[in-house]
Amino acid sequence: MSEQTGRLDRGGRIDRSRPMSFVFDGRAYRGFFGDTLASALLANGVHLVGRSFKYHRPRGIYAAGVEEPNALVGLRQGGRHEPNVVATTVELFDGLEASSQHRWPSLDFDVMSVIDRFSRVFASGFYYKTFMGPFRGAWMFYEKFIRRAAGFGDPPLEPDPDRYEKGHAFCDVLVIGGGPSGLAAALAAGRSGARVVLVEDGAELGGALLSRPQGGDTDAWLASAVGELKGLPNVRLMTRTTVFGAYDNLVFGLLERVGDHLPVPAPDQPRQRYWILRARQAVLATGMLERPIVFGNNDLPGVMLASAGRSYVNRYAVIPGRSVVVFTNNDTAYGAALDLKAAGADVAVVDVRGAIGAELDRAVREAGIALHAGCAVARANGRKRVRNVEVCVFDAVRGRIGATKSRLPCDLLLVSGGWTPTLQLLGQRGAPLAYDDKRAMLIAGAVPAGYRVAGSAAGEPGVRQRVASGMRQGGAAAEACGYAPSPEPGVLPVRLPDEPAMTGIAPVAVIPDPPGAGYRKKFVDFQHDVGYDDIALALSEGYESIEHLKRYTTLGMAPDQGKTSSFNALAIAAQMLGRPIAAVGTTTFRPPYRPVSIGALAGAETGLHFKPTRRSPMHDLHARNGAVFITTGLWLRPWYYPMPGESIREAYVREADAVRKSVGMVDVSSLGKIDVQGPDAAEFLNRVYTNAFDTLPVGRARYGVMLRPDGIVIDDGTTSRLAEHHYFMTTTTAGAGAVMTFLEYLLQTAWPDLKVQVTSVTSQWAAIAVAGPRSRDLIASLVRDVDMENAAFPFMGVRQGHLGAIPVRLLRISFSGEMAYEIYAPAGCGETLWRAISDAGPAFDLVPYGIEALGALRIEKGHVAGAEIDGRTTLADMGLARMASKKKPFIGSALMQREGLLDAHRPQLVGLESASGDMALRAGAILCEPGRHQGHGIGFVSSVTYSPALGRHVALGFVSRGLSREGDVIDAVFPLRGEVTPVRVRSAHFVDPEGRRLNA
Amino acid sequence: MLRIACPYCGERDQVEFTYGGDAASGFPALADADLDRWTDAVFIRDNPRGEHRELWQHQHGCRQWLYVVRDTVTHAIQSVVPARDASPAAGADGR
Repeated sequence: MSEQTGRLDRGGRIDRSRPMSFVFDGRAYRGFFGDTLASALLANGVHLVGRSFKYHRPRGIYAAGVEEPNALVGLRQGGRHEPNVVATTVELFDGLEASSQHRWPSLDFDVMSVIDRFSRVFASGFYYKTFMGPFRGAWMFYEKFIRRAAGFGDPPLEPDPDRYEKGHAFCDVLVIGGGPSGLAAALAAGRSGARVVLVEDGAELGGALLSRPQGGDTDAWLASAVGELKGLPNVRLMTRTTVFGAYDNLVFGLLERVGDHLPVPAPDQPRQRYWILRARQAVLATGMLERPIVFGNNDLPGVMLASAGRSYVNRYAVIPGRSVVVFTNNDTAYGAALDLKAAGADVAVVDVRGAIGAELDRAVREAGIALHAGCAVARANGRKRVRNVEVCVFDAVRGRIGATKSRLPCDLLLVSGGWTPTLQLLGQRGAPLAYDDKRAMLIAGAVPAGYRVAGSAAGEPGVRQRVASGMRQGGAAAEACGYAPSPEPGVLPVRLPDEPAMTGIAPVAVIPDPPGAGYRKKFVDFQHDVGYDDIALALSEGYESIEHLKRYTTLGMAPDQGKTSSFNALAIAAQMLGRPIAAVGTTTFRPPYRPVSIGALAGAETGLHFKPTRRSPMHDLHARNGAVFITTGLWLRPWYYPMPGESIREAYVREADAVRKSVGMVDVSSLGKIDVQGPDAAEFLNRVYTNAFDTLPVGRARYGVMLRPDGIVIDDGTTSRLAEHHYFMTTTTAGAGAVMTFLEYLLQTAWPDLKVQVTSVTSQWAAIAVAGPRSRDLIASLVRDVDMENAAFPFMGVRQGHLGAIPVRLLRISFSGEMAYEIYAPAGCGETLWRAISDAGPAFDLVPYGIEALGALRIEKGHVAGAEIDGRTTLADMGLARMASKKKPFIGSALMQREGLLDAHRPQLVGLESASGDMALRAGAILCEPGRHQGHGIGFVSSVTYSPALGRHVALGFVSRGLSREGDVIDAVFPLRGEVTPVRVRSAHFVDPEGRRLNA
Repeated sequence: MLRIACPYCGERDQVEFTYGGDAASGFPALADADLDRWTDAVFIRDNPRGEHRELWQHQHGCRQWLYVVRDTVTHAIQSVVPARDASPAAGADGR
């Protein structure tokens, strides 16, 4: 294990009493509690952490926060493995395992880095131009090779063992950002009594204050502000939480990383929590991010943002280099220069400006820092780490550069190209950004209602100004929510220091090549390997709109969403086009601000919990009786009831056989049930069903079919008339929800004048179908108060009575084609009802059956179900044309006359069976004329089964003009398996076409 | 995310509601067998920039259908009335 050569002996906000060991690319290192993975790597002298996306160039840690473009690593192993994790945001824990990505065989020696030598051909649009054009299917051929060469980390292959949660939260004032202005805003709003939520991305409150030298006045202020906030019961502080999305009506998406900083989450805690937060006012105290300057080889390891250098020295007590050049176009980088000098580094500053303020100049001189004013770094040199920089005389006003003046040796180059306020959330709301020439930054233009911007996000220059702005905006937000302003709004816990405002900047984004030089490696977007030349190429090809430029070059489209690159791209494009930055505009911001794991968005709604599971009132009884269950829609239904040693085939054949020969019982509680009452109930049903229901006598049931307004069948079922104004409708299991919603829609929007009430009673009734030649005898032995004789209670009759003590509705209807009854009882009586019938069963050879047998029975009978009512079929397609009343209009009666729906070539429902021996058919097979296996064929197979009654395989399907093709042999083609089966077309009614058994 | 003020239940989150389509097209009389009118009502939709009349059902609440006027640019909801009180041909207030 190596020494922490880059660690300072004292200082920093790390806890040296808590050493941590970790592994990076198989090597063990040590760090401290309070480190990030990035700071710990730098402490161990590790600068090379990754290979770039396209050219496989060596890349190092570039930033200290969320904006990091290079240091993406794979974290953890197995199911907890997470690719593309930003090392600068990973809190170090003991035993952490991380690996670099996108390199082979090793980070140090990467074979694919040869691409870098040929980078000229990999410019913007390279993939399109090279791989899409040459021949048909070229992209399909090349894609797999390209994917291997370019890309990010690999996803985990095992299931994620951790839990994720989803929560809803509400507040008056949401403060986004826990830096000085955010803390001040939360204080001002919190003191007034408003319910405040303060969200901070990092583990610690303080923001940029944490990157200042430890122990200053700002630390005292921070401690006192945080202390006061913690004492306010109406203020909730959420650290390790990112506001990643801002949506309509001040709804925000938050990601709370509950357990990411631990090896595994605590046993009672989720890994992450996704919050949907509703606020009445929001204060963006989101700070700002430093941006790079674009010059030759500006992506070498050892080149870093100035603010990052400052963070590493002050917060983590890590010195990322001993010999430092600071290259800047503005005042703020001097903070880093002075702090690094104080930490013992040799520091030189290269400033593009000819002169700097007197106060700053004196501080630099006193510290013994060499200042190269009016100069620029034109190129960094080195292989896997910067060794020296080429400094040229530079005229920042005219953008003119001279020949290389000197080479300054260094092992760290800190860069500051100015600052960009973090306003992505405002951008997500469609708020325009305005360019401020003086500060050379994009600031908020019109701020949407309910939003406020505070602190450095608003471009405020110093800590005192930022705190004051936070106080102002937080107080105003609370007031907007109706809270009286706090009595002493501006009073701060501790007086902040007076500091020189470091506001001077020369707006230089890119350094031109010195005379005679042609530097090709000048990167704008590090994460997607997009360079200065790529922007020039895109503009020369006419991609002048900033949105086109983004898509053609892919600049800003990497996981970091252009945090360090967007502004520079904009500035460079503006410069090349000779337009002001404001005229070029910005690209559209969309959520998320930071990548969000799919696991967090899914929360607990995974696996079985993805959707609710519905169980029949008799479910437990079925389970005790050995039923095997199957999921149909939301429902768990008995599939079959195997005897010991029986296969599914043997079981359902036995069950179906019993229904045809003696009697069977099946749980049909999942059928949709809708109670329809009111004086206009008959008229209403007449309108929604294709056939008449006003003529249905009380005590009778009728099969009905419903169409959508466009003439397509939506659902079928049986509706009984229990009383003059009272109907009991059943729907298919799958169609229940849609039918209910449709009925409500019609009654409330189209026909509010109809006096009808519809109520879903699906869960209120248990239902059992008893089917088979002995069904009447079985039920008659149990029901005393209903005359079960055929004449008294004929097919389609409805009676109410008692089975034992249970009040029941008896419907003599049949799905199987046998004499059958559906028995409805209050759901709470379901188990008792099932037991009562099955207890009486042995004398009648009763067999319980599941939906596999149910399906076989209905296919034999040619009854349509979900596979036939698939949202594309008409009444006529299913042989139900007679169901359409000619005496009254109904929903769909107009549009079912559409030309396309009357086409004589439409596929019609037929029966199918193998034409050569008994062969099983496949649902979904395409039906074709013999030997002509092309296109969509002439139809398809919808339902298949082995028919116990016929002793062979049969199927239902749709064939063009099928009713006139009875006896024809056509091909059932299943291209996925290369199968062709000749099938004979026949009537869909395989069993008892005359319906004698029903009426027996 | 929208917040819809259900006239029966109060202001509720969008997730409780189901979008029920364009309310402007209306529902022709069943006896009207004119194919063009039905085709217009069922298939033809405007895509206005600005004020849009639409139906929502408070599916996970009172199950009432609501007539909502919403701005398609700002997503601001101007009015919500019970659909049974709103004639599709009526003005922006639904009356």
